[in-house]
Amino acid sequence: MEKSIAELRETFKTGGTKSISWRKSQLKALLQLINQNEDSIFKALDQDLGKGPVESYRDEVGVLKKSVTYTLSCLEKWVAPKKAEVPLLFFPAKAEVMPQPLGVVLIFSSWNFPFTLALDPLIGAISAGNTVLLKPSDLAPACMSFLVETIPKYLDNKAVKVLAGGADIGERLLRLKWDKIFFTGSPRVGRLVMAAAAKHLTPVTLELGGKSPAIVDTLSTTPSKAKVTAKRIVGGKWGPCTGQACIAIDYVLVEEKLASTLIELLKKTIKRFYGENIKSLKNISRIVNKHQFQRLVNLLKDPTVADSIVYGGSVDEEKLVIEPTILLDPPLDSEIMSEEIFGPLLPIITLKNVEESIDFINSKSNPLVIYAFTEDETFKKRILSETSSGTVTFNDSMVQFLCDSLPFGGVGQSGFGRYHGKYSFDTFSHEKSILHRGFYPEIEPRYPPWTHFKLLFIKLAYQFDYFGLILLLLGFKRS
Amino acid sequence: MLKNSCKLALKKMKHWMMPEKAKTSLATFPSSAEIVSEPLGVVLVISAWNYPFLLSLDPVIGAIAAGNAIVLKPSEISPATASLLAKLVANYMDTSCIKVVEGAVPETTALLEQKWDKIMYTGNGRIARIVMAAAAKHLTPVVLELGGKCPVIVDSGINLQVATRRIIAGKWGCNNGQACISPDYIITTKDYAVELVDSFKCELELFYGKNPLESKDLSRVVNSNHFARLLKLLDEDKVSSKIVYGGERDKSNLKIAPTILLDVPQDSLIMNEEIFGPLLPIITIDKVEDSFDLITSGTKPLAAYMFTNNKKLKEKFVEKVSAGGLVINDTTVHLAEPNLPFGGVGDSGMGAYHGKFSFDTFSHKKAVLYRSFAGDVPLRYPPYTNGKLRLLKALLGGSILGIIRALMGWSKA
Repeated sequence: MEKSIAELRETFKTGGTKSISWRKSQLKALLQLINQNEDSIFKALDQDLGKGPVESYRDEVGVLKKSVTYTLSCLEKWVAPKKAEVPLLFFPAKAEVMPQPLGVVLIFSSWNFPFTLALDPLIGAISAGNTVLLKPSDLAPACMSFLVETIPKYLDNKAVKVLAGGADIGERLLRLKWDKIFFTGSPRVGRLVMAAAAKHLTPVTLELGGKSPAIVDTLSTTPSKAKVTAKRIVGGKWGPCTGQACIAIDYVLVEEKLASTLIELLKKTIKRFYGENIKSLKNISRIVNKHQFQRLVNLLKDPTVADSIVYGGSVDEEKLVIEPTILLDPPLDSEIMSEEIFGPLLPIITLKNVEESIDFINSKSNPLVIYAFTEDETFKKRILSETSSGTVTFNDSMVQFLCDSLPFGGVGQSGFGRYHGKYSFDTFSHEKSILHRGFYPEIEPRYPPWTHFKLLFIKLAYQFDYFGLILLLLGFKRS
Repeated sequence: MLKNSCKLALKKMKHWMMPEKAKTSLATFPSSAEIVSEPLGVVLVISAWNYPFLLSLDPVIGAIAAGNAIVLKPSEISPATASLLAKLVANYMDTSCIKVVEGAVPETTALLEQKWDKIMYTGNGRIARIVMAAAAKHLTPVVLELGGKCPVIVDSGINLQVATRRIIAGKWGCNNGQACISPDYIITTKDYAVELVDSFKCELELFYGKNPLESKDLSRVVNSNHFARLLKLLDEDKVSSKIVYGGERDKSNLKIAPTILLDVPQDSLIMNEEIFGPLLPIITIDKVEDSFDLITSGTKPLAAYMFTNNKKLKEKFVEKVSAGGLVINDTTVHLAEPNLPFGGVGDSGMGAYHGKFSFDTFSHKKAVLYRSFAGDVPLRYPPYTNGKLRLLKALLGGSILGIIRALMGWSKA
């Protein structure tokens, strides 16, 4: 392992990864990898998570293709130094900010979107000119093996390496010195990563999670809007990896009197999308492993929680499947309402007034996303200014992930740092300030011995009082 | 500097606070998007002793502009300024939102055990590691403004007098070398070294007189600990013989004269830790180009400087040397440029501030996507079919032609 990393450092030192042509060639190779291996990717995702091809394309393959293509088209622009304005006082001077690669970066990815969460940060790291060690999650073993075997066939082995393994490999990697660590996963492990990074003063980006709520206030508008709301909630809960997504809808907030309408709509939609019952379940992934399965089943063990199930609840331990399950008002102090669910269980919490959602959300730690289905402009403004989250999406779910111009990241317990689009490039770059000065003219008051005149000059200079400076120099100002 | 920082924030704050529109693509049509700045919450600013007002209040300006509540912990190594800050802040600012906590290691440790929404620390790498480890327990993001050995490369064929004066201003003119962006050491060619040293001797005398220990225009070393530390660097066997100017010290007044050393060994103490004092080693090399490798063999500094008129060398310098900030043909002045981000990289720190960068560093940039109910595309939802897959590919591929073809059934799944 240490040898591999030493090689990455040597490669970076040679400066090869800094050239735009190298970066572009690697990105193009990555695109080729994805294009030529679509079927193998679908197969691995099916094996690890039971993801169907459409979900796999929508959430992994398609996202990555779009990301690489977008990066290729913008790279030259992003790499160019940005001019900064310089005040007249500095004349003649030129100021600019130039992005530079950080060096050797470490990327930890998660098991739920094993391709997207591994390769999207990789795209950012390569576009910024770094060498990379990628450590995919071993909880999605087929996908991890695919990455370990296939990346060396397409990308520059001296600059991009993939390491298989579990938590022990992760721990060993964290003891070494990196120029940046990018981590996607749970807050618990996020703390360990940051603590390890602190020893080397390594900057980190932590993409964590939280309980992402969906506020529903559109059920009493038109029937078609209510239907679309239901579709988007169902699609945003069970669509991505059966709820095992950091941006999946964790729970719903709705007014008491509209709860039954919502539940009916959700039931209908679930049946249409995923089948009538657990036996005829389709178009949906499964739980990743026994450990997660057991964790989710345990959330439902509490009798008061089990009592609140209004739809679903059946499980199939052999197939690692839990059918889409809706709960109505489970106790607020139950585990299902204090932990991030990360699975196909959807609690609906009712409120007297939908505006109470704001206080409810603020009583919990900052989530990665807040979804709000509402057409009330005042309410939208209140949600924006009175809550804090990584992102806010109005009247839809999940799609903000596709927006390359929006930064994707958390705040508070949902993480810090961000990526996607140019933000990926920025997160793996150091923005170096550069000031070019000329030798003339020389400003004497910069230098000692200090006099009253020089102090006055400095005061006027700081005020950019050019007229005052002229007066001073001509002898017309005394104090 | 502080006055200007305040004025800039007052003038530009409204503009900084405005949401930034973001472009949306075909994949999320129809929609609109923006990025909204919001305060992070309650932030902790730990400042240093060498510029005790600037390094305390400049971050506070940014934190206030971004709408946060603040606890400021000034350094106990500059106690008079710490007390003054505590008094003045209590008299002038809203104490329910802005507090100053005085104290030393126990108080700082206690503060670090609390949960903050951001911590900004200015100081050295050893304490920075402690700060970041404490922040890790609460997943608190940090800005670390550290230091390093800021090199100055001096080429020939320049206006030597101006270059020398600017180096002196950046070294001894800045708190007698006790500044994170002070030139730490100089690299020049063997051929040019003698001329350079002579130029220094001449200008130093003009600035500080024949007895610099008595000059009123030089600050002193902050305390006896640092004084002893600097003497240790100076009095090391293989180093003390390399002094070509200065070397005088006055223990009772904690003063060390501007001291220049020529060609100290690379493995000496003075070349392996940030000097942070009035000692200036000059390292000589054969060709100016050799200086880049010398610099990159060490850790990344907060700043790097080069004096040259050679365009190609300038380009190489900018490309090869990784540092927080670079200045060509001057030293330290980039600190006063609010349009340039001020911060380190690698061992010299993470994050940046000044001007709008201060506002940004204490803000959370929240992404907001507005979607409408119109144009709900069934291909998003199951049951999934080959036709939907085709359409999805075309939509994510972003080409309108592709979408039309998919709709017409003309593209392959």
